Amino acid sequence: MSNIDIISGALIVAGSLSIVVGLLGVYRMPDFFTRLHAASVIDTLGTILILSGLILYQGFNLVSVKLLLILIFILITTPTAAHALAKSALHGKIKPILGDD
Amino acid sequence: MSKYDIFFHKISLIISLALLWIMLSGHYTPLLLLLGLLSVIIVTIISSRMGLITFDQPILQLYFIRFIPYGIWLIGQIMKSNIDVCKRILNPNLPINPCLITLHLSQASTFAKVVYANSITLTPGTISIDLEDSSVEVHSLSATGAEGLKTGNMDKKITHAEAAPYV
Repeated sequence: MSNIDIISGALIVAGSLSIVVGLLGVYRMPDFFTRLHAASVIDTLGTILILSGLILYQGFNLVSVKLLLILIFILITTPTAAHALAKSALHGKIKPILGDD
Repeated sequence: MSKYDIFFHKISLIISLALLWIMLSGHYTPLLLLLGLLSVIIVTIISSRMGLITFDQPILQLYFIRFIPYGIWLIGQIMKSNIDVCKRILNPNLPINPCLITLHLSQASTFAKVVYANSITLTPGTISIDLEDSSVEVHSLSATGAEGLKTGNMDKKITHAEAAPYV
């Protein structure tokens, strides 16, 4: 096991843990919009950590370039999907729970 | 937009699609290269028939390059707000205070507005709900996240990147 293997393994484990935290958030949050916030932790922190761990494990070759492209496309498409969900929920008359301020 | 402009858009679309095919395929036998050329030409014909090539972009589709320094800054922001949201989730009291705010958009092009709305959604703790001509409605998980957006730091950075010179 080289140093790079250890670093990439640590990144993949950290990404998996952040996905668990995001799932816990989806379970604990009170309404639709706050659940979307918890899900975006999975979309960003989980994918960035796991895919960068895999890129480090591969080194620089065609596979790692493809993984980088996957990361970029995920970071462009998931906020679009989240925006579409939130917008249709708001227009479908789901009232967000608001804090006391 | 003149016919000349549309011609150059088609050429640049063909070049970028061909580069993407070569990068994703990894096989360089004549049969696969021919199939790639065929699919690139079909995609170009379909998108010109759908009227997608008259989008308000510059000739070379390298518009995104000026947003790369902004993207690096954005990844730092994403990490910071991720840590904040994770702390709130793991706190037994669940200290959230959701609020809706409306932000003013100072960008001129549609592309920069989409970049702004997508960056808001990409940052955990804030989601853009409704995008209109000159304003965006944002749902925020906590008052601190909303305050961070109200300072207009992200807005300024995108407007700055939009006005950067061509590369």
